[in-house]
Amino acid sequence: MAYQFDFAAVWAYHEMLAQGAMRTLALTAVGAGIGVAVGTLGAVVRAWRLAPFDRVFGVYVELIRNTPFIVQLFFIFFGLPSLGVHMSEWQAAVLAMAVNLGAYSTEIIRAGIVATPRGQIEAAASLALSRFEIFRHVVLRPALQRVWPALVSQIVIVMLGSSVCSQISAEELTFAANFIQSRNFRAFETYVVVAVLYLLLALLVRQLLLWIGRRFVVGRPAT
Amino acid sequence: MLVRIDGLHKHFGANHVLKGIDLRVKEGEVVALIGRSGSGKSTLLRSINGLETFDDGLVEVDGERLHADQTDLRALRLKVGMVFQQFNLFPHLSVGRNVMLAPRTVRQTSVAECESLARAMLAKVGLADKFDAYPDQLSGGQQQRVAIARALAMQPKVLLCDEITSALDPELVNEVLATVRQLASEGMTLIMVTHEMRFAREVSDQLVFMHQGRVHESGDPKDLFAAPQTAELAAFLGAVG
Ligand SMILES: Nc1ncnc2c1ncn2[C@@H]1O[C@H](COP(=O)(O)OP(=O)(O)OP(=O)(O)O)[C@@H](O)[C@H]1O
Ligand SMILES: [Mg+2]
Repeated sequence: MAYQFDFAAVWAYHEMLAQGAMRTLALTAVGAGIGVAVGTLGAVVRAWRLAPFDRVFGVYVELIRNTPFIVQLFFIFFGLPSLGVHMSEWQAAVLAMAVNLGAYSTEIIRAGIVATPRGQIEAAASLALSRFEIFRHVVLRPALQRVWPALVSQIVIVMLGSSVCSQISAEELTFAANFIQSRNFRAFETYVVVAVLYLLLALLVRQLLLWIGRRFVVGRPAT
Repeated sequence: MLVRIDGLHKHFGANHVLKGIDLRVKEGEVVALIGRSGSGKSTLLRSINGLETFDDGLVEVDGERLHADQTDLRALRLKVGMVFQQFNLFPHLSVGRNVMLAPRTVRQTSVAECESLARAMLAKVGLADKFDAYPDQLSGGQQQRVAIARALAMQPKVLLCDEITSALDPELVNEVLATVRQLASEGMTLIMVTHEMRFAREVSDQLVFMHQGRVHESGDPKDLFAAPQTAELAAFLGAVG
């Protein structure tokens, strides 16, 4: 007996899927924004070996990179309330994504910073720029430029990883999928559609971020 | 005296690189530092603007003193400009922005003023039309002249040049030397490390021969070239031709 495909059973929930996709995007935008900011801070602290914070960031990076994202998420959402820290599922999801991306982007951006040619820093120093001014005007932009593709990949990974936030009832795209297939019993069709949606989101986010990189990070007219 | 260096000592680990350097430079004077590779020329030059720390002695530029353990270098660096062998332009900034960055950031001059300053400095080195170009669109000689303009935009009292033509193709050397020659004729105080002996002889007022971390011989370049007093300088001049 051949299986009868019924994608109409998924289409009936298209508004819910669209809303889930938008929420996944929003989650990614906020989580990535905070995560990259944390990563930039961590990268500076690590690259400049600012004691004692470089140790703190070192431990943070190892802790996050060597534990599963879902465990980090559960710790924040289910674990922290024991310490009196309560969060909504959205707050927990954003925090988990930011913390996770913060660790990876610390290492990515640090690699870009330490690749700055020494001579450029010395030239800036000889012009009487302070350490902070050198970082801001001479180091940061070329460093981000160097690692932008790697950073974009990591942001996409974090966006795809956000699907586990459905496990704390954050109503993002995967949550919508789980809900829909529990109603229409069309697991195959539902997850095919959702996989395609994630694929499109990933391609969209990647292209958008690469465009932003060309437009604002490189910041130089094409020649 | 615009620049005064007294008893400067510097070690790199166990390597005693500067063994008590004394140097005096008057305003408007052009000093050429020559010597074998490893004799300490770059280290001496880099000590004058605090890019290299030193272990003992004193550096003073236009009344601004630098001690062995000093960490605040801003006041000194406002008086000392430097041009490097490898140009070291900021690749993400246009030529104009390269020149404007320090006046804008450090002196907080208005953007309009910075821009006219940058245009004037670029015109001075013959690159008025390159304001909007990016460093990687320029030849080595042009990049080095931008680096000179960038240093001049901070109106330093003295300009340090460390082998600024050594990374250039031979046919590009002269345009940079011509710029330096022009600065010298305008009264800029220059301390330059160079392997261009003819240039050193023609342009400098004081020739300083460094050997094994010491000023081995110094004086009027015409005299030194004509009649070196030490066997080491004679050998060095013989070797470089
Ligand atoms: N950052 C450093 N760390 C350790 N040793 C150094 C460092 N910089 C220079 N030295 C050593 O100090 C000595 C003097 O070097 P310096 O660069 O001042 O010589 P130089 O006269 O400029 O030579 P060159 O003509 O090759 O440029 C050399 O023995 C060199 O190996
Ligand atoms: Mg040298």
